[in-house]
Amino acid sequence: MDINETMHLSTTAKEIRMLTIDAIGNLGVGHIGGSMSIIEVLTVLYFRHMKVNVADPKMPDRDKLVLSKGHAGPALYATLSKKGFFPVEWLDTLNKGGTNLPSHCDKNRTPGIDMTTGSLGQGLSAAIGLALADRMRGRKNNVYCIIGDGESDEGQIWEAAMAAAHYNIGSLVTFTDYNKMNIDGYTKEIMNLDDLGAKWTAFNWHVQRVDGHDITAINNAVEAAKKEIDRPSMIILDSIKGRGCSFAEGKLSSHNMPISTEDWAQAVAALT
Amino acid sequence: MKDKNMRDIYCDTLIELAEQDKNIVVLDADLMGANGLGPFKVAFPKNFYNTGVAEANMVGIASGLSAGGMNPFASSFACFSARRAFDQFFVSSNYAKIKVNLTGTDPGISAAYNGGTHMTFEDLGIMRNVPNLVIYEPADIVSLHALVKEAAYTSKSTYLRLHRKGINRLYNESETFTLGKGKVLRDGSDLTIIATGFIMVQEALKAAELLAETGVSAAVVDMHTIQPLDEDLVLQCARKTGAILTCENHQVATGLGSAVSGFLSENYPTPVLRHGIRDEFGEVGNLSYLQERFEFTSEKIAAKAIQVMQLKTVGV
Repeated sequence: MDINETMHLSTTAKEIRMLTIDAIGNLGVGHIGGSMSIIEVLTVLYFRHMKVNVADPKMPDRDKLVLSKGHAGPALYATLSKKGFFPVEWLDTLNKGGTNLPSHCDKNRTPGIDMTTGSLGQGLSAAIGLALADRMRGRKNNVYCIIGDGESDEGQIWEAAMAAAHYNIGSLVTFTDYNKMNIDGYTKEIMNLDDLGAKWTAFNWHVQRVDGHDITAINNAVEAAKKEIDRPSMIILDSIKGRGCSFAEGKLSSHNMPISTEDWAQAVAALT
Repeated sequence: MKDKNMRDIYCDTLIELAEQDKNIVVLDADLMGANGLGPFKVAFPKNFYNTGVAEANMVGIASGLSAGGMNPFASSFACFSARRAFDQFFVSSNYAKIKVNLTGTDPGISAAYNGGTHMTFEDLGIMRNVPNLVIYEPADIVSLHALVKEAAYTSKSTYLRLHRKGINRLYNESETFTLGKGKVLRDGSDLTIIATGFIMVQEALKAAELLAETGVSAAVVDMHTIQPLDEDLVLQCARKTGAILTCENHQVATGLGSAVSGFLSENYPTPVLRHGIRDEFGEVGNLSYLQERFEFTSEKIAAKAIQVMQLKTVGV
């Protein structure tokens, strides 16, 4: 990836961050923290790696993304609208009655959403199923999945971790948004994940760990993960909850917080 | 069709489907042998996944397979399919409008030697909370074969409550079945016994014989589909016989009896007695012990039939 593309992706990420803050700010409350922490990975995936077709969102051999931490829907909606799946104006309807953009991802409402998520722990299993279906149909694509660090408390994540390695699903690339915060406190205090990389290594995954806001590092990790054809890949993203949003960055309260008009304006001003 | 255990007919039917349709995929959570699915794995090894003892993951994977264009049948004991993996079935399959065919085996007292932990008197009630889900419990091998084939191609998710062991043949193989449409097995004029499942439909038929010996004319309905309920048939039975006895290997509060009495009380108030489990857990024992223990016998059903007929005159 050359410097021009890196710069372009950085600009795109900034725009997506702004769109996400605007969508949540317009509503006055939302999952700002966990949305801000995955902006860079969504940008790298949708604007460099994923083979998708905005004119045919259900194209069978597309690359797919399961946002297992479904509460970060607003970040994905901003990314999909920027990509062209639906008008950017839809973002103003986030969570309002009758919207196509509900808090948690819904494949039946939003063009470009590949899996309905929201009950934590379930998306990685669904991603495995999608990847197995692609393999059975002979499709040559990747399935991506993003899980949360708090979500990793769920037992089903580790059932899925075993299964993905057991079935040798090399097309599956999963990210952990390791922002070190649960809802009720710091991850290490709520349920310590300890050496997260060692856990995934022990489950026979290809494991990398990168700065979750470094576009070049994320891209390099995805490139390496795609070369793994016999085993699934885990990319642990060292990220910051609320990243780039002045009133939320690094705050424990940022999981699902109210946003005042003043805070919203200040956050937008800080990014422009 | 040869006489075989219910689970073997289930497996044969899935093989028959897969022979015509490469999208049929079968999953089980380390109960492949118990659920009779070994022959499917042999016939279609690439279309079979054993997920290990991980029912939640199994249902999640099944949902992903279906979202990717496959048509999955996932099975475990009913206690695990309905209780352990309910949130996965609810969100990743049903809420997401992703079709998964989930099977729960060894329902109710048929869990027998596995005892109270495995004895599901609540799975129908759990599943009845899911909008648009098709819930069915065939009573014999012929209806099982036909209904599984139909379930494969309904657009909705399905829950099959499957009695594993035992052979019962109630119908000719030429009989046709439709999910959501019950079968009148015996005509009658004094009351209707509406039963569901392998054990209770057989006992209901025997009860009707006992009643006939005493001059009571009992109709018997095999209500193989619990959701959607065959409301037309229930109404027809209520109008014709004026009294209903429901029979189920399940809690009456949330299963067939609840569905039938709920419908009738809102549409055509009729005396209904619900025969089944009332507010208690299961326990260990062989099938005949458990049938006596929980009163799932033709004699007890016949006695309940007399009771519901007496209700017809209450208040007159």
